[in-house]
Amino acid sequence: MKARIHVTLKTGVLDPQGKAIGNALHRLGFPEVGDVRQGKFIELELSETDAERAKSRLDDMCRRLLANTVIENYRIELVG
Amino acid sequence: MKSAVLVFPGTNRENDIAGAIERSSGTRPHMVWHGDSDLPKVDLIVVPGGFSYGDYLRCGAMAAHSPIMREVKARAEKGVPVLAVCNGFQVIAEIGLVPGALLRNAHLQFVCGDVNLKVETSQSLFTNHYQAGQIIKVPVAHAEGNYFADDDTLKRLEDRGQVAFRYCNDAGDVAAGNPNGSIRNIAGVFNDTKTVLGMMPHPENATEALFGGTDGKPLFDALAAALV
Repeated sequence: MKARIHVTLKTGVLDPQGKAIGNALHRLGFPEVGDVRQGKFIELELSETDAERAKSRLDDMCRRLLANTVIENYRIELVG
Repeated sequence: MKSAVLVFPGTNRENDIAGAIERSSGTRPHMVWHGDSDLPKVDLIVVPGGFSYGDYLRCGAMAAHSPIMREVKARAEKGVPVLAVCNGFQVIAEIGLVPGALLRNAHLQFVCGDVNLKVETSQSLFTNHYQAGQIIKVPVAHAEGNYFADDDTLKRLEDRGQVAFRYCNDAGDVAAGNPNGSIRNIAGVFNDTKTVLGMMPHPENATEALFGGTDGKPLFDALAAALV
């Protein structure tokens, strides 16, 4: 089973990299771009076959290492 | 004073801080490699600056979950003092030894140079050789030193006097002179028993006139005097 994890800064936490990306897009002629938030994308291969168990283990991984929940949110997606 | 300085792959300030400790206490710290399972019995644990594990995932995240840090956390919870500087601050914030987190500098640039700090309290074993309100000059060198904590945490920190240092300008004005965007200009915080100090600036690099200043030395003198 494969899992995809998206880690993003919480709302209210300043994201200067997102802001810089937004400014660069404006300069490139994309004035329609509003707020930009940058995050991380992590893809994992798992030996687990049970989706529920996999989700619970992934949740543990996110809380203990993959995300810092003081500043970040995470979203888990199971594929295949 | 017996002390241990932790060394991770990518740590680079371990000798600076070991030198500062030796000059104040007369005793050379134990240098402890992260892979060593045994942390010697010491009066002070130091987590120095650098780029542990190449800042992979998040600054300090990999080092925070290395086996030696479990032991550091257990000792800290028993009251053994911990001094964590720069990357060390990022590491101990990751495991919750001090509240908050360190984000990318607001202006996205690496800051390197002297900053002014206002000593918020002299009531700690780290700061009792300073006066509360004293302005000291020490260097910073970091890209992720932008301190963040949510409103509830900030209120608790302020109410309990856990802010150790704030960035300020030459005149001591905290409204000016923020080098990285840190919330409320916070440069260093204590845990709730004030036995753990995490700070972004490098007091160890202001301990000899030859370095350009000695304003960091009283911190090490205070530790050497308290932890005989």
